[in-house]
Amino acid sequence: MLEVRDVHTHYGHIEALKGVSLDVRRGEIVTIIGANGAGKTTLLMTICGDPRASAGRILLDGEDITHLPTWEIVRRGVAHAPEGRRIFPRMTVLENLKMGATVDGERHFEEDVEQVFALFPRLRERLHQRGGTLSGGEQQMLAIGRALMARPRLLLLDEPSLGLAPNLVRQIFRAIVEINRTRGLTILLVEQNAYQALRIAHRGYVLATGEVVLQGTGRELLADPEVRAAYLEGGH
Amino acid sequence: MSTVATVGPRTAAGGFDLVRALKEAGLAAFVAFVLFVPLMGFQLVGQEGRLGLVYRPHWVVVGTVTVFLGHLAVSFLRAVRGPARRARGEAGPFARFFTVHARWFGVAAALVAFLLPFTPFGNRYVVDVATTVLIYVMLGWGLNIVVGLAGLLDLGYVAFYAVGAYSYALFAQWFGLGFWEALPIAGVLAALAGILLGFPVLRLRGDYLAIVTLGFGEIIRIVLLNWYDVTNGPDGISGIPRPTFFGLEFKRYSAEGTTFHQFFGIEYSSLHRVVFLYYLILILALITNWFVLRIRRLPIGRAWEALREDEIACKALGINPTNTKLTAFALGAMFGGFAGSFFATRQGFISPESFTFIESATILAIVVLGGMGSQIGVALAALVIVVLPELGREFEQFRMLLFGAAMVGIMVWRPRGLLAFREPTVRLHGRGEGEEAPR
Ligand SMILES: Nc1ncnc2c1ncn2[C@@H]1O[C@H](COP(=O)(O)OP(=O)(O)O)[C@@H](O)[C@H]1O
Ligand SMILES: [Mg+2]
Repeated sequence: MLEVRDVHTHYGHIEALKGVSLDVRRGEIVTIIGANGAGKTTLLMTICGDPRASAGRILLDGEDITHLPTWEIVRRGVAHAPEGRRIFPRMTVLENLKMGATVDGERHFEEDVEQVFALFPRLRERLHQRGGTLSGGEQQMLAIGRALMARPRLLLLDEPSLGLAPNLVRQIFRAIVEINRTRGLTILLVEQNAYQALRIAHRGYVLATGEVVLQGTGRELLADPEVRAAYLEGGH
Repeated sequence: MSTVATVGPRTAAGGFDLVRALKEAGLAAFVAFVLFVPLMGFQLVGQEGRLGLVYRPHWVVVGTVTVFLGHLAVSFLRAVRGPARRARGEAGPFARFFTVHARWFGVAAALVAFLLPFTPFGNRYVVDVATTVLIYVMLGWGLNIVVGLAGLLDLGYVAFYAVGAYSYALFAQWFGLGFWEALPIAGVLAALAGILLGFPVLRLRGDYLAIVTLGFGEIIRIVLLNWYDVTNGPDGISGIPRPTFFGLEFKRYSAEGTTFHQFFGIEYSSLHRVVFLYYLILILALITNWFVLRIRRLPIGRAWEALREDEIACKALGINPTNTKLTAFALGAMFGGFAGSFFATRQGFISPESFTFIESATILAIVVLGGMGSQIGVALAALVIVVLPELGREFEQFRMLLFGAAMVGIMVWRPRGLLAFREPTVRLHGRGEGEEAPR
């Protein structure tokens, strides 16, 4: 579904991605793990065309999207829950969801809202609360829900567990698995919480300083001594 | 909230720290003293055909002491009442009540406005001032699209007002177009000017955007001043046709046909035109309001607000920020252009003098004071900003002081504007949760 071929991305003179290649197949959860500053966020942003890849190709279901503007890529079914959630703080939960439905329009709005509430019942209670007043966990639920409102083919999630308490992290990861199982939605998940991410992922890539250094199934990577040493210290 | 940091002298338990308050008041008084010596300490007077200086030390003393005591009083009030709730960005009971019932206040205000010329207060002066208020209300609502909704700080809004005014004046002069024919053209030209401004500033935010828009406003004014062949430069354009009531002129006699008073068989009064102009701007303003209220609930309006909040999130959701910003500039400018046309037909004479930066600043002040995005707040602020200096006329040279004091007062007690409360734009059908009070 998604093919990233030898992509390079620069911020000025800094080369943040140094020839990254990866594949995401339909129906998979693929995770990208790596330390802070490895280029995980940059990779997701580059897939969305902002910043643009300075070299290499990105294909979505065979179509070259490398040079499309961001909104065109989103319109082709790539939804992105960006790093830091980026909820609209003065808008209500419902309005945030409405913004998520921008590319899908009015047609399925109420139906899709119900699906988001089924996934995250806590959002239902906070329908008219302003986004900025939600807790971190609720904001993350809203960010995922908002991305789902676009009815995407491919969901990009950037560190959904960031700054959340362990039980909330488990809740979020359960929801991710559920989205994948029940809807067959393809998910590319960026995480620093390598253990949780690898447990739910079909396959994973390890990114270090802008390069893929390891890849394999979730189970393989979990068992890999290098991964264990570098990313699973403390064993949770 | 970061604003809490700016709250004045306070000790931990909300007590009053006198030493610190005295220090701060002393500092403020010193700054005031430095300013007041040249501003208030000297007066230029004519003496036997020459200019002479009169020294007024007592004014400096009075001013400085006032600032000192005033600063102390504000510190004290803050310490007693705690940080203003609105400084923390919450809607107070007043603002919330006002906004929840905004529709009724709006309807009531519109009713009062419609009846005004027929009330006992509806004399010529009042209707005239009310017309000016409504021009600023309309300009405020127009700029509100750009600044309040889309969050693009525009310091050159007067440019579109000028484009609208000159469009009408010139089209009337060259092609003999009437007000109603020229109005859409003026709107379109102003909107084009908005897009023209929009393109180069698309990538700019905040301060940078403000500076460029400020420059744009000045460029338009300087072009008007210097393009003598077309705009008549500093002499301006006079003899701009007055609006007609379905073709009926507001004159005592007309060579070309019946006049308004002849047609209705009433006695001629110069008040007719004043009242007609008043209703004209009232209707134009109400159309603006209706438009803005509607568009806030449409995808494009919501996209403006979302863009104000987080541009990166907007892109991730498939919004095209370029088009979204350009439509905000264009539509905001269009209403500025409409108001400009009205201004031209009301005055009958326009010159670049009327379109200086101070106008942009006034309109921006109205939007900011009104609460960035609140329609009723903007109307209220326009009322305050236009009427306050009028009320102050009796105080002559002190009216601007009064005005300034009121502005400072509003910013101290309502730092987010008079009515900084945003009404949600989306509701779910069914499941009677619509009554729930929004937070
Ligand atoms: N906007 C930016 N401008 C310049 N450098 C950036 C920018 N964003 C990220 N970088 C740099 O790119 C590298 C990768 O960052 P990022 O993709 O955020 O990593 P990760 O998400 O894996 O923590 C880092 O060295 C970071 O400093
Ligand atoms: Mg990151």
